[in-house]
Amino acid sequence: MLSLRKRLLPWLALAPIALAASTGAWAETVARYGISMADIPLTTGQPDRGAGAYQFTGHTLYDPLIAWESNIGDRPGKLIAGLATEWKPDAKDPKKWLFTLRQGVKFHDGSAFDADAVIWNLEKVLNEKAPQFDAKQSAQVRPRIPSIASYRKVNATTVEITTKEPDALFPYQLPWFLIGSPAQWEKMGKDWNKVASQPSGTGPFKLDKLVPRERAELVRNADYWDKARVAKTDRIVLLPIPDAVTRGNALLNGQVDIIETPAPDMVPQLQAGGFKIVKNVTPHVWPYHFSTYPGSPWTDIRVRKAANLAVDRSAIVQLLNGLGQPAKGQVDATSPWFGKPSFDIKYDLKTAKALMAEAGYSPQKPLKAKVIIAQGGTGQMLSLPMNEFVQQSLAEVGIQVEFEVVELENLYLHWRSGAKGDINASKGITAINLGYVTADPFYGITRFVNSKYVAPNGVNWGGYADKEVDAKIEQLSTTFDVPTQNKLLADIHQKMVDDALMLWVVHDVNPHAISPKVKEFIQAQHWFQDLTTIRM
Amino acid sequence: MFAYIIKRLLYAVPIALAVTLVAFLLVHIAPGDALNAIAPADAPAETIAALKAAYGLDRPLPVQYGLWLGRALQGDLGASIASGRSVTSEVMAAVGNTLSLAGVAAVIGVLAGCVLGGIAGYRHGGWVDRIATFISVIGVSVPHYWLGLVLTIVFSITLGWLPAMGAGPEGGWFLDGAHLPYIVLPALTMAVVPMGILTRTVRAVVVDILAQDFVQALRAKGLGNRRIFRHVAKNAAPTVLAVAGLQLGYLMGGSILIETVFAWPGTGFLLNTAIFQRDLPLLQGTLLVLCLFFVLLNLLVDIAQPFIDPRMRRT
Repeated sequence: MLSLRKRLLPWLALAPIALAASTGAWAETVARYGISMADIPLTTGQPDRGAGAYQFTGHTLYDPLIAWESNIGDRPGKLIAGLATEWKPDAKDPKKWLFTLRQGVKFHDGSAFDADAVIWNLEKVLNEKAPQFDAKQSAQVRPRIPSIASYRKVNATTVEITTKEPDALFPYQLPWFLIGSPAQWEKMGKDWNKVASQPSGTGPFKLDKLVPRERAELVRNADYWDKARVAKTDRIVLLPIPDAVTRGNALLNGQVDIIETPAPDMVPQLQAGGFKIVKNVTPHVWPYHFSTYPGSPWTDIRVRKAANLAVDRSAIVQLLNGLGQPAKGQVDATSPWFGKPSFDIKYDLKTAKALMAEAGYSPQKPLKAKVIIAQGGTGQMLSLPMNEFVQQSLAEVGIQVEFEVVELENLYLHWRSGAKGDINASKGITAINLGYVTADPFYGITRFVNSKYVAPNGVNWGGYADKEVDAKIEQLSTTFDVPTQNKLLADIHQKMVDDALMLWVVHDVNPHAISPKVKEFIQAQHWFQDLTTIRM
Repeated sequence: MFAYIIKRLLYAVPIALAVTLVAFLLVHIAPGDALNAIAPADAPAETIAALKAAYGLDRPLPVQYGLWLGRALQGDLGASIASGRSVTSEVMAAVGNTLSLAGVAAVIGVLAGCVLGGIAGYRHGGWVDRIATFISVIGVSVPHYWLGLVLTIVFSITLGWLPAMGAGPEGGWFLDGAHLPYIVLPALTMAVVPMGILTRTVRAVVVDILAQDFVQALRAKGLGNRRIFRHVAKNAAPTVLAVAGLQLGYLMGGSILIETVFAWPGTGFLLNTAIFQRDLPLLQGTLLVLCLFFVLLNLLVDIAQPFIDPRMRRT
């Protein structure tokens, strides 16, 4: 008879294997994500800190009625069904939109999503008298949904939203409007600050932990209604690391697995260390927005075109270590809204000099212009050297640019005031350098060229007014067919480029650096990224 | 002594008021808008106006300041415009982190400064003195940002010994095994300035004391170097303590650069965010608490000095 020890020995030998197998089966997958913000964006429903924040505490915790397809990277996304399965304008009154709501969806707290929840959320950001009104959330989303005039519940699964005027592009506004749980707000004593640490949406992640300015931990929502978008990683830890070099160091050191916007100078080091740089076409452009008011040096189209031809954009991309893409217009050339402009934006010094000579200027007899720029924060990490590069390039063709350098927050004041505003006109400022998000037709194109939006009514900064463009925008507002919409937008964009409305320099590529531990990450051609695609 | 402490505490009141008033005015004088903390860059004018009314920013400046002061006197520093969180809790969390960092940096800086300064003072004019002086000049002059990056490259990335950023896991003592590695690099970076200043101060004081008659008398009495050193240390202590107290006060202010390089969630990091977001309640609250810390530290130093140097009691 074998001794007890001998009988147990084979089983004991198997124990480490069994333990390893069980550990493998139960081990939680964690992705640590170094984000470029100084704090975790608002978690209550409408994130602050710009478009880039929606991927972290917006579309992770919450869903919109209409979503943006963000889990594909090889083509631009499109509007897709979110918490609304169908939306259409009323055949009799194009200002009225009917939304059929998805059934059977529950918030993270277990309460049901229905028409009442949608109305409650609209009241939260649009009705100052509603008890749940939150000024902070309202400030974030109100400018994103400017068309909404009124709303009402039709039945438990249908909501009607009326726009101020017919607006066929209205659905593009809705991915910004996220739906949170009314029941959770009640449970948290109607206190938005308490909701911030225990939010409840319908999104693919739930918030497990929030340490302000230090971390937010999102855990997979296994019961997510869209089974195709159930998160591939159990837990995502968001760590605010505002300094780009520190983010890169944290990645090299193994403290994080993925970072956004690595410092351009660190790209070779990261690549040499086996880290992957992921980038894609991104709806963002870094231009000089010209004033076309009388008296501005940019009123002459030859000067505007010469400026666009004077800049060697590939050299700027080289300066950025490849983290940029030469711009040929407001949107990327692959966008369905790009059109077929006759003015080909490229580096052509000879033509640029000829155009300037025709306009009566040369490096010896330069045209003088004042451009307002920020010392940083305009969407490009090397904005100052890039501005100096542009300044030298323009000097070569006879445009002598003087910079008015201000802090970013101050630059926004100058932007909102428009070129004609005293704040700019009194200083002779005739162009402004800012980064523009071009994710949707309104934000990317029409607001810059619609004469109704001449500043201070909007951000048509330079006072551009063109009857043909205005007519197309008018036509666009009542065109509900997407291919026709795209054609109209392409026509408008084409006109913008042919008129050289801005000096377009580079498009951002929204770079990320990822550790070899990250097996999959799909970078969408958008600011909205889908964190459910991260697989460790 | 009790009357002295009360008098010093009362002095702190106008200082704190002046600090908050200056901070308030500076934020309003600076270009930009306090609403940038919450309003998107392209927010329309009516949204901005509604927000100004909601946050009371449409009222006259003296009224705004008066209201804030009234609440602050009741212990309510208000809520951050950007996050809506209580300023008191935000500041206290950051102060805790900076206190840990500043404490460790102060210990390293003061110890290294005293040792180097003491040696340099004793070896006045020799090569040891020159080396110590050189180190102190480097300490005072080296850019923090650069030093932090170099230390990170060497110890975090190349050697992989220490973390590159952060304050470590949530909870626990800041010097326990899980947290200690996180504090080493930022504390070393932060310690170089007090180390440099203390080295120069201690060196000068020691040289001065060693040249005094009573040291000659002690030597004439036949006292050994060790016992003479004790007398020198006692005489140098009040000056060193005063300078060390000031340095700790500066460290408590946090270093925006160091805390940014190491993503250390302290007061420097908080101030940086508050300044760039024009988050007035957060900025004022942080400055007020830091000012009170500074005043308190100086008070503690002043109270401690007579116990170290009995001559100060007579004055």
